[in-house]
Amino acid sequence: MRNLLGFLSRNSFFLFFLFLEGIAALLLFQNNRFQRSEFLNSSNAASGSFYQLVNNATMYFDLAEINEQLAAENADLRRQLTGSKIEIFGKNFIINDTVYQQAYNFTEATVINSTVSKANNYITLNKGSFAGVEAGMGVIGPQGIIGIVKTVSTRFSSVMTVLHTQSKVSAKLKDQRYLGSLVWDGKDYQYGQLIDIPKNANVMLGDTVISSGYSSIFPTGINLATVTSIEKPEGKNFYDITVKLINDFKKIEKVYVVKNVLREEQDKLEAEAQEGDNND
Amino acid sequence: MIRQILTFTLLFLFLIALQVLVLNNIQLGGYLNPYLYVLFVLLLPFDTPKWLLLIVAFALGFGVDLFSSTMGMHTMAIVFMAFLRLGVLKLIAPRDGYDASQKPGLQDFDFRWFLTYASILTFAHHFLLFFIEVFRFSDFFFTFSKVITSSGFTILLLLVSQLFNYNAQAKR
Repeated sequence: MRNLLGFLSRNSFFLFFLFLEGIAALLLFQNNRFQRSEFLNSSNAASGSFYQLVNNATMYFDLAEINEQLAAENADLRRQLTGSKIEIFGKNFIINDTVYQQAYNFTEATVINSTVSKANNYITLNKGSFAGVEAGMGVIGPQGIIGIVKTVSTRFSSVMTVLHTQSKVSAKLKDQRYLGSLVWDGKDYQYGQLIDIPKNANVMLGDTVISSGYSSIFPTGINLATVTSIEKPEGKNFYDITVKLINDFKKIEKVYVVKNVLREEQDKLEAEAQEGDNND
Repeated sequence: MIRQILTFTLLFLFLIALQVLVLNNIQLGGYLNPYLYVLFVLLLPFDTPKWLLLIVAFALGFGVDLFSSTMGMHTMAIVFMAFLRLGVLKLIAPRDGYDASQKPGLQDFDFRWFLTYASILTFAHHFLLFFIEVFRFSDFFFTFSKVITSSGFTILLLLVSQLFNYNAQAKR
């Protein structure tokens, strides 16, 4: 203790000098950001390089685990990409009108899968029951009828197109009353057949075939096809009319799902009427 | 004694004002930054107590720092210089030591003594100051050249300042 006090008293001047310099240094580092950061940097440089050295050696042991973490992170990020998502609810639009009651609503949808070359062709839409799509609804494209919704999942729906051997769309010639049906013989995806048009109808090449609206699936007056050949088979009451479909089924992309708001009412009424027939 | 204190107080204030108002604005080409306020520490009487020397130096540096917003830099440099002053005085002491009636300056000592005295301390002060300012030893020679040129300029100013109260008749 005595030695310590002796040391202090002997070097009191030097210690006082150090004390004042210490205060000055404190002022320097407290008030000058540049010197402080430089000081911290240089003191970190020493410890930093040491830790880097240690890390270089130890990181090899963790490589497997790190790889796994990175792969999991990659998968997570990939899942968040917009490309791996679909729109669940589309843009439905309804028009309110006091004179006309809305009979059909349209839901836009995108074709995500389609075939044209099979005997029975289907397309898949990116809208399902979440977007209000139900089985039995009609599907139209920008240029005509596409088909009828066959099955529906929550996010997708499968559509039986006109290019299906069992497809039968109620149709008529524009500006004529005679009803017929648009069918497909399963051969050329560009051509369909208009059947059940009686021979007394006046059919010309190039006439437009439109939807009749009687089926309660499609609105009336949608263009379907144009007449390309007319035959009058012997012994039959009806024309054999070949029509060129307006839709190019190879190119369809954006379509609309048609919902007939009044269909339930119509179907119920018709069912009741038929039931009455059976009971009689 | 009272008169001496008053004189040095006025000198203290004058040197700080001169430094922050005039000399801090002189920066020729980024090389020449004269720091004439070191004159105050140089001129303090020989019999100034050691601790008082440091405290006065500290106050002087703090005053300059306060007005040049360089907290701590000048304080550190000038306290270091004041600390060195004792050793330098001992080193260049005349054979018969210092007389209490003598004042460190051209009036009482010859030119060579004063030049040595002022040069060593000024250089030490400037060296510390400039290296604290840049705070790195890379570009050492660039900083060092600034130290040399600025020290030379300051020493020149110190010599000129000595002529203000130089009395040729009173020269011993």
